[in-house]
Amino acid sequence: MIVRHKIAEPFDPTRPLTPTGNLRRRHLVSRFAQGVAIAAAIAAVAVLVIVIWAVVSHGIKAISWDFITKGEPEGIGPNLVGTAIIVGIGTLIAAPIGVLIALFLSEYAGRRATRPVQLLMDVMNGLPSIIIAVFVYILIVEPTKQQSGLAAGIALSIIAVPLIARGTQEVLRLVPAAQREAADALGVARWRSVLTIILPAALGGIVTATLLSVARAAGETAPMILLSSLAKADTYQFNPLKELPNVPVKIFQLSEEANPEGFTKAWGLSLVLIAIILALGLGSRALLNRSKRKLTR
Amino acid sequence: MSATPPAGTASLKLARSNRQSPARKRADRLGDVSLRLICLGAALLAALVLVLIAKEVFEGAQPAISKYGFSFLTNTEWAPPLEKFGGEGLVLGTLITSAMAIFIGAPVAISIGIFLALLAPAGVRNVISPLVEMLAAIPSVILGFWGLIVFGPFVAGTIEPFLHKTLGFIPLFGSPQTTGASVFTAGLILTIMVIPIIASVTRDLFMAVPRELQDGAAALGSTRWEVIRGVVLPTTVSGMIAATLLGLGRALGEAIAVSQVIGGATESHLSLFKTGGTLASIIALQFPSAISALHYASLYYCAAILLVIGVASNLLASWVGMRFGAAGGAMR
Repeated sequence: MIVRHKIAEPFDPTRPLTPTGNLRRRHLVSRFAQGVAIAAAIAAVAVLVIVIWAVVSHGIKAISWDFITKGEPEGIGPNLVGTAIIVGIGTLIAAPIGVLIALFLSEYAGRRATRPVQLLMDVMNGLPSIIIAVFVYILIVEPTKQQSGLAAGIALSIIAVPLIARGTQEVLRLVPAAQREAADALGVARWRSVLTIILPAALGGIVTATLLSVARAAGETAPMILLSSLAKADTYQFNPLKELPNVPVKIFQLSEEANPEGFTKAWGLSLVLIAIILALGLGSRALLNRSKRKLTR
Repeated sequence: MSATPPAGTASLKLARSNRQSPARKRADRLGDVSLRLICLGAALLAALVLVLIAKEVFEGAQPAISKYGFSFLTNTEWAPPLEKFGGEGLVLGTLITSAMAIFIGAPVAISIGIFLALLAPAGVRNVISPLVEMLAAIPSVILGFWGLIVFGPFVAGTIEPFLHKTLGFIPLFGSPQTTGASVFTAGLILTIMVIPIIASVTRDLFMAVPRELQDGAAALGSTRWEVIRGVVLPTTVSGMIAATLLGLGRALGEAIAVSQVIGGATESHLSLFKTGGTLASIIALQFPSAISALHYASLYYCAAILLVIGVASNLLASWVGMRFGAAGGAMR
């Protein structure tokens, strides 16, 4: 009787080290998943490039010195100035309040107070800007029967406060504990150490957060439509108690009219707005990196 | 105490006077109390504003609320000249566009988060991350304008006919219209707006997953995807849900871009390729030209609905993040 044993494959040291069978399948799945992730990232960047390209290629045709400095019908100067005034008002109101809330959260609030205030900031941050616009309309415009740059600025400040508070909070967290403790050990009162040590150390970050919120506010359209949309833009206007011409609302209005000439102008406005926003974003990013390096050195 | 302090130690003297002068002490106490109160005041002011927003919006909506009650949500006719205001079409439009944004946007955004946090080399990450954030920085009015002029016609001319031909038996994919404006385009624009928000939150989330856990899985022979699937994703489920809810809140409340590309209709229908409206966009479109008190009140009613949904999704997001985030962080 012959027992036949299955003969094991002899070991072949020259065989290539490629996986087979199940391992091969697992590798393929992994490869595929990574491919999907990469494709998603590429798609997002592609959308960005396509949008920016559309704005630049169409908008560049509209841009000229007259376009930026003159009033209607040739240019958009008054709109730029109006946006600057409205955003300036919003920032002037929001920056101190945002910084104070961040100080409250990082220096004064105990565990029990931190949570609700943090939650409050999150909820405010998530509020649709159209609701804030409606709120300010009911509060200010409806009773006075007068749209105004001030009202629009107040709406922007409500949008900006949570942004500034969060940004400031993040830098305050980076201020080394040793500095606080050193001040405490020298018997310096808390308020003095906050004003003369902690805030100056965090200043770079605070400015960054403020710039970022300016970039966000400059493009906000919903509040402008309700609060400052009726202005004529043929001459420069500076009175914030009246409605002010501004950039976002002009783009919106031009996009609602089916007029090719208006579209060209809207592309030009878009290009200017995007350029300002991206410049603010890049500038604040550079500033943030610098101040973070300073703090963590 | 017989000996006087050694002379020449000016700084010591200063420190001593700093500590001991009663006037200084009083000033410090005053300063401490007042700075604390000012900071507290700022926080209270923010809370007050939020409460005021809710109060004013609901008060403004009161005439419409008392006239329609909850049937506002199911009345289909919105006709300002006839003083008829029913929001079903708007509610449906809001839900459909937001659902599109989340169902398309969240998987894409989470993939981007995975790529940026776990797969990309540092050099690539440092380039792509700011670009994704830049996408979030594009103002909605510009995205909407691009959607109206460039993207909408492309969608209506290419994607919609294709979907209608292949999936037309589902009522959702009815026959396309010739104008670029459609609920579908609005959903896609919202998708673009939601992706960078979810992507940057999930990226930070994935980067916080402890390295040792991933290395452990890899050492046991997991492939890269198995590390992600088995370790990274399960530990961050709650965070991903919270990020998605954040994106949802953004999509629900976006007024401008949607109003530019959706066509501003108010009928109630389920076809993706027809024009439509959302709660937020109708406010932006009709508010400047509202014709009656009831019209205003109905628009406020839309804002009130949005407010409730928006606050609810935010609270839910932070609750999910807090409740399950802690458990996920502790990891068994």
